[in-house]
Amino acid sequence: MGRKLLLEHIDVPGIETFDVYRKNGGYRSVEKALKTMSPEDVVEEVKKANLKGRGGAGFPTGLKWSFLAKPEGVPRYLLCNADESEPGTFKDRYLMEKIPHLLIEGMIVSSYALGSNLSYIYIRGEYMWVLEILEKAIAEAYAKGFLGKNILGSGFDLDLRVAPGGGAYICGEETALIESLEGKRGNPRIKPPFPAVKGLWGCPTVVNNVESLATVVPIINDGAEEYTKLGTDASNGTKLISACGNVTRGGVYEIELGISVEEFIYGDEWCRGIANNKKIKALVPGGSSVPILPAHLITKTAAGENRLMSYESLADGGFASGSMLGSGGFIVFDEDQCIVRNTWNFARFYAHESCGQCSPCREGTGWMEKVLHRLENGKGNMRDIELLADINKKIEGNTICPLGDAAAWPVAAAIRHFREEFEWHVTHPEDAVKGNYGLLKGITV
Amino acid sequence: MVKVTIDGIEVEVEAGTTVLNAARKIGGDVVPPAMCYYSKLEGSGGKCRTCLVEVAAGSANDPRPMPKLVASCSTPVQDGMVIKNKTSEKVHVNRGAVTEFLLINHPLDCPICDQAGECHLQDLGFEHGASGTRYEEERRTFDPIDIGNKIKLHMNRCILCYRCVMVANQLTDKRVHGVLGRGDHAEISTYISNAIDNDFSGNMIDVCPVGALTDKTFRFKSRVWFLKPMEASRSCTKCAGKAVVWMFGEEIYRVTARKDKYGEVEDNDGKPAWICNDCRFDHKNVSDWNIEGPRKINRHSVISANHYEKANPLENNTKKIK
Repeated sequence: MGRKLLLEHIDVPGIETFDVYRKNGGYRSVEKALKTMSPEDVVEEVKKANLKGRGGAGFPTGLKWSFLAKPEGVPRYLLCNADESEPGTFKDRYLMEKIPHLLIEGMIVSSYALGSNLSYIYIRGEYMWVLEILEKAIAEAYAKGFLGKNILGSGFDLDLRVAPGGGAYICGEETALIESLEGKRGNPRIKPPFPAVKGLWGCPTVVNNVESLATVVPIINDGAEEYTKLGTDASNGTKLISACGNVTRGGVYEIELGISVEEFIYGDEWCRGIANNKKIKALVPGGSSVPILPAHLITKTAAGENRLMSYESLADGGFASGSMLGSGGFIVFDEDQCIVRNTWNFARFYAHESCGQCSPCREGTGWMEKVLHRLENGKGNMRDIELLADINKKIEGNTICPLGDAAAWPVAAAIRHFREEFEWHVTHPEDAVKGNYGLLKGITV
Repeated sequence: MVKVTIDGIEVEVEAGTTVLNAARKIGGDVVPPAMCYYSKLEGSGGKCRTCLVEVAAGSANDPRPMPKLVASCSTPVQDGMVIKNKTSEKVHVNRGAVTEFLLINHPLDCPICDQAGECHLQDLGFEHGASGTRYEEERRTFDPIDIGNKIKLHMNRCILCYRCVMVANQLTDKRVHGVLGRGDHAEISTYISNAIDNDFSGNMIDVCPVGALTDKTFRFKSRVWFLKPMEASRSCTKCAGKAVVWMFGEEIYRVTARKDKYGEVEDNDGKPAWICNDCRFDHKNVSDWNIEGPRKINRHSVISANHYEKANPLENNTKKIK
């Protein structure tokens, strides 16, 4: 059994209530931080813990915090990004649904560290019932004196509010989130200035993922030194992984970073192998926007080393033969699946979710979706495959926000590793209309 | 003051200036094209990505190059920064890509578009576009609509630069139009067919880089290159009354603001000389105006380059046609 930090008490009945949560050691970190540590100590501890942002990009949380501008007389804000909308990712939802006080506790400590007296949880519109769970938990925390004025007699005030979005993927981009929270259309802002200098209402702002903020709790409780004992040298601690697709047992798992991918897929404790005794064909290890890995690169890297569930190991080989840990949306494909169909599905998502502000993303995502749709339906030609590769090269890096990259990477990787499937759709147009590649290939090829 | 080098030319500008404005200080062809940036409109820029440039050195203190191209209109200069615009192959390729993206859903109806001849997209396509298209899908279409009684909106031609939204926000007292929808279906529109009725709404036409917003009092009257632009003024209580009237013989066909070579409204006494709708739409008699003299159209445009006038276009453009 791997050690759990976040989900340790997840199965305790009534853990969503304040009293049960408190009995199981909850809110200890608030007491410790507010009574014995200065805000700088907390930031230093998180920095030492080498916590990488759990939202997808993996930017060190402590470093992000240290960038926060602190001009006199200007309020600062901490925003929790709970706009979890990456296809394949549902870890934050599980955490907030089951153990909402953990997030609230993490936010109190983090707000104290950053000097925010008003913090928000921005939650996606589709998670309305989770919003109710959070609001109930927040009301309890207010009643017990962990939120509001003068928390635990420390002189630190904190108001915590939950704000729902309208259900747009783009609002998970931090500046679009800020725009949306301000009541505007959720368009990403042009950077610079960065939110750490000019964020919500023009004030310095930090935006962190749900899991990152929740992880602050065990870091403060046990100390950074204890925390960094978990995981590998560069990827410390634990990570929530939401496994889905053709695995026997999907769900949200907390893993210690550094277990092998093979163990995670086939281990009894985790996914228990591929469903229906099928073979694995491909893996998207970190949410729909990361590059897809073909079967021979899943358990081993291109260099022949064991592939581990860690930031470095999954990225080993760069985009040529690696991928990213991303947000932990672990999508497994078995041999019956069609990569072209799946790539089109992802492309359709990004075309639908592009905000339409900058030209490469607005036009490019729509174009890729149309070409992929044509290919999938047997109306493509070989030229289209080159065209797709070229379009995504021209979107990547030229957009305002990372949505353009997120849309381009999966298409580029699918063509890189599964070109024969794209070609099959061109050479077998009738079969491509009839059914999917994985099921038909054995019969027709 | 900080020093920045653009395409090998050093220029000294105030700290906080954007790369684009530093390039404009040098002038000539080191200036990146800008479809959405408009110096007179606060918050404009960053969207069209045509002004992307390569940063070969970030600053004197940190001379590392930047991994991605940056939007020159929204990137402030640093002391010792080295920028490559026309000298960068990467910029050339990606500017071509942006041009292609802007054109895939554009109707290319220049022959019947009133903006032809002074259209920034036409210029961009001329300089950075390919001769054919790789786009085989159906183009996205919208019906043209009237927004107010003086302005026609052809959403098909729009490149979503957001300039007209900013005009409405910053010049008029009430904005009733904006961007609806997302992705490649985002559109400029008024919510539930609201009419735009405001003294300064006509400036939306002037800031539009393409033919998406056109003047209904001028539509289909004449091609712009047949008209003679004349500087003119009148005493107006709403605006400075300084405009350009576009004449054919003794008749005034249309009235626009005075625009500089970047297509932006010129300053008058330190403030942008936006003109009011009275001047623009309702005063088209020669007797309404003091005609001051011919206006030199000092714009980077296909008209001023005489692409329509030269007998042999190849002779004139051999350098550009590859």
